[in-house]
Amino acid sequence: MIAAPLHLGGERLMLCPTGVAIWPSTRMLVVSDLHFEKGSAMAVRGAHVPPYDTRETMIRLAFSIRRHAPRRLLVLGDALHDDRALARMAPADLAALRRLLEPLEVIWVAGNHDPAPQPDLPGISVPEWSEGRLRFRHIGGVTPLARHEAELSGHYHPKATMPTRIGGITRPCFLATGQRLVLPAFGAFTGGLDVRDPAMATVAKAAQRVFLLGRERLHSASFEALRA
Amino acid sequence: MLEAARQGRSALLIAPTGGGKTLAGFLPSLIQLYENPRKGLHTLYVSPLKALAVDIARNLEAPIAEMGLDITVETRTGDTPANRRARQRQNPPNILLTTPESLTLLLSLPDAGSLFGELACVVVDEAHALAGTKRGDQLSLCLSRLAALAPRGRHVGLSATVNHPEALRAWLSPTARAEDVSLVRAAPGEPPVIGVQLPEGRLPWGGHMGLASAPDIMARIAGAGVTIVFVNTRAQAELVFAAVWKLNEAALPIALHHGSLTVEQRRKVEAAMAAGRLRGVVATSSLDLGIDWGAVDQVIQVGAPKGVSRLLQRVGRANHRMDEASAAWLVPANRFEVIECAAAIESIEAGELDGEPPRQGGLDVLAQHILAMACHAPFHPDDLYAEVRRAGAYSELPRRDFDDTLRFVEDGGYALSSYERYRKLFRDSEGLIHVRGNQVALQLRLNLGTIVETPLLKVKLRGGPVLGEVEEWFISTLAQGDTFLFAGQVLRFEGMAGMVAQVSRGGAGEPRVPAYAGAKMPLSTHLGKRVRDILADPTHWALLPEGVQEWLDLQRDKSELPRADGLLVETFPRGGRWFMVAYTFEGRLAHQTLGMLATRRMERLGWGPLGYVATDYVIATWSAFEPADPEALFTEDLLGEELEEWIAESSMLRRTFRNIATIAGLIQKNHPDAEKSRKQMSVNSDLIYDVLRRHEPDHVLLRATRAEAAWGLTDVARIGQLLARAKGHIRHRRLDHVSPLAVPALIEIGHEWVSGGAEEAVLAEAIALVDEATEGADSFSGELGLGALAEDNPAPPPRHRERRKSRFHRKVPKEAVP
Repeated sequence: MIAAPLHLGGERLMLCPTGVAIWPSTRMLVVSDLHFEKGSAMAVRGAHVPPYDTRETMIRLAFSIRRHAPRRLLVLGDALHDDRALARMAPADLAALRRLLEPLEVIWVAGNHDPAPQPDLPGISVPEWSEGRLRFRHIGGVTPLARHEAELSGHYHPKATMPTRIGGITRPCFLATGQRLVLPAFGAFTGGLDVRDPAMATVAKAAQRVFLLGRERLHSASFEALRA
Repeated sequence: MLEAARQGRSALLIAPTGGGKTLAGFLPSLIQLYENPRKGLHTLYVSPLKALAVDIARNLEAPIAEMGLDITVETRTGDTPANRRARQRQNPPNILLTTPESLTLLLSLPDAGSLFGELACVVVDEAHALAGTKRGDQLSLCLSRLAALAPRGRHVGLSATVNHPEALRAWLSPTARAEDVSLVRAAPGEPPVIGVQLPEGRLPWGGHMGLASAPDIMARIAGAGVTIVFVNTRAQAELVFAAVWKLNEAALPIALHHGSLTVEQRRKVEAAMAAGRLRGVVATSSLDLGIDWGAVDQVIQVGAPKGVSRLLQRVGRANHRMDEASAAWLVPANRFEVIECAAAIESIEAGELDGEPPRQGGLDVLAQHILAMACHAPFHPDDLYAEVRRAGAYSELPRRDFDDTLRFVEDGGYALSSYERYRKLFRDSEGLIHVRGNQVALQLRLNLGTIVETPLLKVKLRGGPVLGEVEEWFISTLAQGDTFLFAGQVLRFEGMAGMVAQVSRGGAGEPRVPAYAGAKMPLSTHLGKRVRDILADPTHWALLPEGVQEWLDLQRDKSELPRADGLLVETFPRGGRWFMVAYTFEGRLAHQTLGMLATRRMERLGWGPLGYVATDYVIATWSAFEPADPEALFTEDLLGEELEEWIAESSMLRRTFRNIATIAGLIQKNHPDAEKSRKQMSVNSDLIYDVLRRHEPDHVLLRATRAEAAWGLTDVARIGQLLARAKGHIRHRRLDHVSPLAVPALIEIGHEWVSGGAEEAVLAEAIALVDEATEGADSFSGELGLGALAEDNPAPPPRHRERRKSRFHRKVPKEAVP
């Protein structure tokens, strides 16, 4: 699996085909929109989708943690699908999550699905995070950036469709502008929003590149190439 | 039919179109109601088409009024207004005409017992078109329920000529036993007169649209009273209509009819047709079934017929009278299709049909039925299981599948039983199963039915009407100003307004044509065999036009002809690559799969495969190195574990799972909380599929998916048959040039469709192509282009300028690459 380098605000980040970003110089793994317990949230409303999404998301996260051995984990919001998510989580899953996070310094950035702090999980909860020239927020594109700053965000679950000879192929993607990076949603049951959707214009207004997630590598394309 | 009715026996009437089938189905009921007038529901009529139910009601009302009979007739479909529905439940008509979906809904109501208790007869129209489909599965379950509610009710089926009458009898039967249904065969009508219309000049080598024949089609329309021009896909319908319209100097009234146009638009065309105001209609399978127009003078089939039964159904649309022959013209689009047309005509003359017997029903439909039955009244699982087994489509249902499906409906049926608190059904102390709350019943009724559409977007003229619906992905490939052909006109894409694609008329440039996934029907096994027989035996060639005969002669000289048994494989170099063409004749779907498997093995054999194309007749591969030994490729173990793996990954299985999950109620099309919550309420079915496959591979929905794939994928069975047939009979010809027979396949290169497994490679290729075309200016080095230019401060420059800048003035510092 090949990660792609991206320079943002003078910092070197590595983008992974799994949908996480690494900040090697600070040994930080950044991930967004885990949406734990989305499955059970739907079951409450009568759609009995498989109750394995939390487990699956955790397996994928554990894989990335093993692979990159970060010291710190930053979650860009919407870690939990709603404020009852932890109460619904199977005890075994909750225990596994705590074990997974135990050795890490975890920073929970608040999201619109989980605005309240997470006292039951290891780590600290913050409305947003700032480190060096990088700003970490759940919703990007809203707060103006100074020239030297750059921003990482989530929220939109970006996906993109690349025209090919067999028609469009759609994948979750990273979206990069000169100063901003939007991460794809990492949760097993999270869908996506097309990067060209007007709802994303706030953050995508200066979009330059997208990085479509692939099995072994990222497929990097210019934002323009998405228009057939 | 009357005899069967007098004995109170169920009956299946098989008659060619135009045999007055529908009247025969109703006659016994009319007589009984005349002799013993009564209140309440006497006869239920179920048709696959709403329009057909409405039309039959009209046709029945006239004679009933003329004869002064005191018999009430009403329709009940999704379009029936709420006040009429309520009245129908209070005071049901003697004869109710409906669809499988509306019937399921009626049976889910608490008062279904009193509504149907005195039912004397159920008439199922176009039974051949329902049996073996999901709607047929649902109807089969309903028939079994009706037999339980009204034990003396007879089942009457009306069907076109079919290949498997026994299986159809069992499907219709109130007991799932064929012997409980009398078989009534009408005398066959006059055999149809079918001709082949070739285009002027040289026969086309490739293409499937048949546009070269537009002048001939126009001339045929002008030369007859009323013509239906059948085509194979909606895209072809648009193109053929446009081509014919251009030549329509006399301005004859010609219309377009296909499944993506709005219902109103289609009804308008049908009404104009019935009223004799049209001279021609270009139609897809949307007109295969339907109202009897009586006055259609000829049918033209453009493109290959693909199957004999379907062709007969279409041909039968002309001249719905027993005593006159139907007239039809086949318009092949290329050389191979000429042979296919000849094969179809031979087959019709020999009285041979194709088509598989109806399969056993799906568990997804069963899940929906179980919930509907719980909404009707509490039930005991043993009783419902016995009733379900009396449905023809579920006569072999194992108890385990029933129990697992029931568990799925209750709480999802997962090994990890975490949804105890969110159950839809609960069991009381006597073991009866109840539905939990009105909300569950409401949701079921909103989502009843087994027709799952691919995501569609409405196409709306700016300031005008909605024209129809196009698949979402097609719209997603359009930019503002792009033009496309739809509803018989060139439209310019203006943009999205909510969930509606706004368009205006006209526009410049070559218009694109919306294509629809899975729209192409593959060549039937039977017809494939006939084509092979014709090719192998020159005594058949007299049937073929001279151009085709010359083509085959040339093939015999340069290479050889494919034999009726065995497998001809040609290899030849061309343009620095090696091509391999296998003459397999198993239909496009089978060839898609075979191509994928073959190229995987070529990889292992070190031949460096670069791509493949699958047509209905052959697969062609191209590779970096010579495929020296095709015998090593086409062996029976090709269908081993690689197939398993590939199938599980394939988009076909994902689509199947999506349909199954929707029908079973896991994914809900409609929710009482309306549109705004839809996004939150839905999880993409691909995501569910991946998670479920990994964590509970034996879940009942995955079993249902695999079972359906195995049935739907008769093409996998076809590969198996092909490989068995080829064993020890592979003829390998190593040629210096492309052979005449291989040319049509090579023309298709570049138009092919690649299945899910290859997505990754195709995506990489598309990006590499962009790189190549821009000489690397567009490739990415890790550094974004803006440099010192800040996004937010100062005010950003206009968007398009900014992007141009990034594209052409990017710095590419080498040191950025680690």
